Amino acid sequence: MNIKQYIAARAAKELKDSDIVNLGIGIPTLVADFIPSDVQVFLHSENGILGVGPTPDPEHIDQDLVNAGKMPVTVLNGSSYFDSASSFAMIRGGHVSVSILGVLQIDAKGRIANWAVPGKSVLGVGGAMDLLEGSKKVIVTTMHTTNKGESKIVKELTYPITSERAVDLIITDLAVFTVKEDGLHLIELAPGISLEEAQQKTDAPFHIAGSFKKGKEVTA
Amino acid sequence: MLGFFISERLYPTKVYGEEGKRMSKLITCEEAVKMIKSGSRIMVGGFGLVGAPLSLIAALAQSEVKDLEIISNNLGEPGKGLGVLVRQKQVKKAIGSYFTSNPEVVQSYQNQEMEVELLPQGTMSEAIRAGGAGLGGFYTPVSVGTKIAENKEERTIAGKKYVFQEPLKANFALVKANKADQLGNLIYNKSARNFNPMMATAADVVIAEVDEVVEVGQISPEEIITPHLYIDFIVLKGGN
Repeated sequence: MNIKQYIAARAAKELKDSDIVNLGIGIPTLVADFIPSDVQVFLHSENGILGVGPTPDPEHIDQDLVNAGKMPVTVLNGSSYFDSASSFAMIRGGHVSVSILGVLQIDAKGRIANWAVPGKSVLGVGGAMDLLEGSKKVIVTTMHTTNKGESKIVKELTYPITSERAVDLIITDLAVFTVKEDGLHLIELAPGISLEEAQQKTDAPFHIAGSFKKGKEVTA
Repeated sequence: MLGFFISERLYPTKVYGEEGKRMSKLITCEEAVKMIKSGSRIMVGGFGLVGAPLSLIAALAQSEVKDLEIISNNLGEPGKGLGVLVRQKQVKKAIGSYFTSNPEVVQSYQNQEMEVELLPQGTMSEAIRAGGAGLGGFYTPVSVGTKIAENKEERTIAGKKYVFQEPLKANFALVKANKADQLGNLIYNKSARNFNPMMATAADVVIAEVDEVVEVGQISPEEIITPHLYIDFIVLKGGN
């Protein structure tokens, strides 16, 4: 299991039976591979599908059946199709249980930036703001630092904010944080990661939950 | 016999053409595009190329029209779908949610050849729905406190902040469906439905590109997603 699969597997453990789940692009997409066999969730795709199934074999690709990342998918028994306005009414209306999203930055209050990069033309937002605003629970999955080694968890966002709504849970390759009124709370460290390393690589201040634990090896 | 009698009663002869058949909404892509003048505001269905009316777009690319204002989630891909109109500089302004998937749009925008108005995808789809439903807009919590909500009216309702979004309407809507009957009742295919049903309600002239046209009665009333009253013209995919 590579590091991104590790993050995805950890996120999959948060899903509960009968959750309606929307998976973003990148690490979130991998979460589908790690959902425990005794947990049945229904994957929602904002382009108009409830009940997304696995990726098809190349010979079974249907050009009219893609997910929100425009990748070919299948549907499971019990699935349904709907138009975009209905799909976003489901999201805004609080009918999606969990969204798992990628992120560029997270601030000390758990608010995120995941749609635009400063200094570049802002020409795409897609469903990022809708999902963050409307989903009952939002989990972000991300590498803890950028390719340059900079912390993605910062005191204040330098990238444009996606929503004033804070996320609920942050899962990185190093640690897991919950977000409360008073900010970020470290609840778990990944195997082999010391508290010192997590502190050193996290620019934002965070609380250490009383019962924080060292993560166990997460297996699929 | 009884069935024949009932259908005669339900469809009085005056709505039939000279040969006793209802006047068809079926036209060619070329005829469809001839109605569209430079400077028109056009809604175009599709999520990327999925569910986009590619034959109508191709006909538009063959035409001389320019200065178009396009309302569509994306602007195709480089040289594909609406991307062809971008490459040929036929688009003056685009309103949508995600244009970064076509680098030529970014280029045109930076060269100041094209204006762009960005909306969250849910706000955009609801604005089109509102346009077709006769509403004057709506308040949404999405985008409050972000760059997108700058210059938009903010209002607090029951302790929660919302921004006002105006409805979207257009001169033309070009939509893609899987099947139409002769009246223009439409059904779609899988995730190719996306923005098409709303766009079919929100323009002065609505043209549906379809894979197949069937006789009235061959699509069950329970299955019809877009009732025919919204549809002005039908073209067949690839049909000229």
